[in-house]
Amino acid sequence: MPSELAGRRPDAEQLLRQVEAEEQLQHRGRLKVFLGYASGVGKSVHMLDEARRRKERGEDVIVGATQSKVSPEVDALLQNMEAVPLKTVNGVPVMDVEALLRRHPQVCVVDGLAYDNPPGSRHGKRWQDVEELLSHEISVIASVNLQHIEEYREQVGAITGKRVTETVPKDFLKFAEEIEMVDAPPEMALERTSDAPPHDGNTSAGSTLARQQGLSQLREMALLLAADVVDYQLENYLRGHGIEQLWGTHERILVWVTPHADGAPMIASGQRNADRFQGELFVASVAESDLTSAQQQTLNANLAHAKRAGAHVELLDGESRVHAVMHFAKSRGITQIFVGRAMRKSHWERILGNDLDRLIQAAEGIDIRIFPQ
Amino acid sequence: MPEQGRRGRLKLLLGYAAGVGKTYKMLEEAQKLRQQGVDVVIGYFEPHSRKDTMSKTESLEMIPRRKLQYRGSVFEEMDAEAILRRHPAVCVVDEYAHTNVPGSERPKRWQDVEVLLENGINVLTNMNVQHIESLNDQIWQFTGVRVRETVPDWVIKQADEVVMVDLPPQALLNRLKRGVVYPPDKARQALDNFFKEPALVALRELALRQTAHEIDFRQETQQGERGSSGAFERQGETPVRVAESADRILIHVTADPSTAALIRRGRRVADFLNAACFAVCVLAEASLQDLSGREREALEKHLNFARNLQIETRVLQGDDMAKTLVDFARRQQVTQILLLRPKTRGWPLFGGNLVQQVARLAQEMQVTIVAERRRAS
Repeated sequence: MPSELAGRRPDAEQLLRQVEAEEQLQHRGRLKVFLGYASGVGKSVHMLDEARRRKERGEDVIVGATQSKVSPEVDALLQNMEAVPLKTVNGVPVMDVEALLRRHPQVCVVDGLAYDNPPGSRHGKRWQDVEELLSHEISVIASVNLQHIEEYREQVGAITGKRVTETVPKDFLKFAEEIEMVDAPPEMALERTSDAPPHDGNTSAGSTLARQQGLSQLREMALLLAADVVDYQLENYLRGHGIEQLWGTHERILVWVTPHADGAPMIASGQRNADRFQGELFVASVAESDLTSAQQQTLNANLAHAKRAGAHVELLDGESRVHAVMHFAKSRGITQIFVGRAMRKSHWERILGNDLDRLIQAAEGIDIRIFPQ
Repeated sequence: MPEQGRRGRLKLLLGYAAGVGKTYKMLEEAQKLRQQGVDVVIGYFEPHSRKDTMSKTESLEMIPRRKLQYRGSVFEEMDAEAILRRHPAVCVVDEYAHTNVPGSERPKRWQDVEVLLENGINVLTNMNVQHIESLNDQIWQFTGVRVRETVPDWVIKQADEVVMVDLPPQALLNRLKRGVVYPPDKARQALDNFFKEPALVALRELALRQTAHEIDFRQETQQGERGSSGAFERQGETPVRVAESADRILIHVTADPSTAALIRRGRRVADFLNAACFAVCVLAEASLQDLSGREREALEKHLNFARNLQIETRVLQGDDMAKTLVDFARRQQVTQILLLRPKTRGWPLFGGNLVQQVARLAQEMQVTIVAERRRAS
């Protein structure tokens, strides 16, 4: 394998960390999270259904916590499960972690992952209680709604008009062994819930349509969140097993900016494309030593623009510009490189071809999109 | 009950592998509908001898399959004509991507379903993400499997609703090991091929993203509909998006075998950018008839493939390939030209290769060189 392809291979230190992490995991319970995009899609039912199946297969399953309000369907499922009752702290019901640790089941069911515990509790948040159960080798099945994921709270709030205060960090989902998206079309959620997205009391066709659209947006967001978590797990797996990833499950766009041309239109297009493809945007430039102050200014402006666009920005070093860019692209699993057509042309480049020609030759497995400049 | 002349609604359950529970979920929905008093029948059902799935068909009416002889064996296919005669409100159809045995009325099951929809029957169906045409190359990269039974992307876009049937890969692998999905001997074989964990994780991610894309697409069409009388203008049987973005994509078609992948890529880019899409080949000769048999065959195959994916095709005549291509692109206000990676390094002094020539001529457009996908080692 050519050395430049080896970007995704883990180094020794990475491998060591991986081994340590895996050893730790062996003494940890497994976490499975059911993710819903709105209340009423049936995540609690799915979660309890899984609990029931595991119990039937002979696993020691116990219900650790439920939500404060449950539907008749959920209630019926709970009737057949053993539960450790919630305890009361300062008048608020809280999951009884001590009792669960004493009882020490194989699997504990925890609904309402985002609940805050009252002051004086063992942990401030219910998901932190779950962390403790996991560290004591108790596996947990839990469920959570998109609106309660910290990083999505604002976006969801903008759609629903309601901002929740109780949240779970996205990282908590990333470290879950399993995540399962509970998908159902919005009509289902409309039928089954009364507290979902915008409704202003009347049930006119217009407001139903608005709610439908709001729910569709939430659904799309939840699917992409699940995809991100899955992508993270895939990368971990590949890295852990030293497998080179040549292909992208989603688009990663790299815009190569230079000190010689305005990169703004290319970055704007990169941003739009990344958005349309639900992908990621990277912007990179290769360091050059003999820049005039005008060129330095152009470069700075390009990089500042990239940062504003929310791109991952990187200044690369290397004897060969093309080599530096390709090495970076391969290490990040880039699927498309955007490059300007106005590459610097010396006398020799007119004869032998320029960076652009060399990039096209070198870019195995990566699309090259040439932009007007 | 469906009204006369009204098209049925299509709901598609999308999974990422056999055994994630598509059929089970589909039958569960059918049972619910039946309990609500809806006239629902099973048009086609593939039991795979899974016990819990089979139990879900209880008290649902099943339309007998049609038996067909082919090369001395008997095959059973969905009997679309019998379903039309029975004319239920909702018909449940397993395995949307299935290819019918030669001699059937229509080559593909999705075409049978199309007939049901045209006759006002609502259809609930399912398929896996690996059967989507534009993902064919990526799927091959993940799994090493070239999926032959594919459904064009525009067919999926016609579904009124796409819902993801999700299951974490670890749970799926456990099911497989317990023999729930396949009988033990077949399970072992499956574990060796498609069912490797990284491949499953990748397929699952694709399915999640595809479902998100389908929702996004439907939302945009809905928004378009409010402004005009309809974002879909029916041309024959197929919807064409009216509210297109300013992007216009041109795919250069040649006899090179990698052209199929180029067309798929172009289709996907156009879909995500909501762009119009052309596929064009340039001949020095007056017409396709003047070409050698093999070259003509390859070109016709590629142009046909593009048309099946609802890409408008053209055959242009011109001695200067790059100039003919770019002139056409300019007339059509194309914003992005997609080309294959040149096989030879071009020398600028001697005119350069096609990419260099096109890039030089099409100064105001984006020129994309699409890389060949290869398998991870």
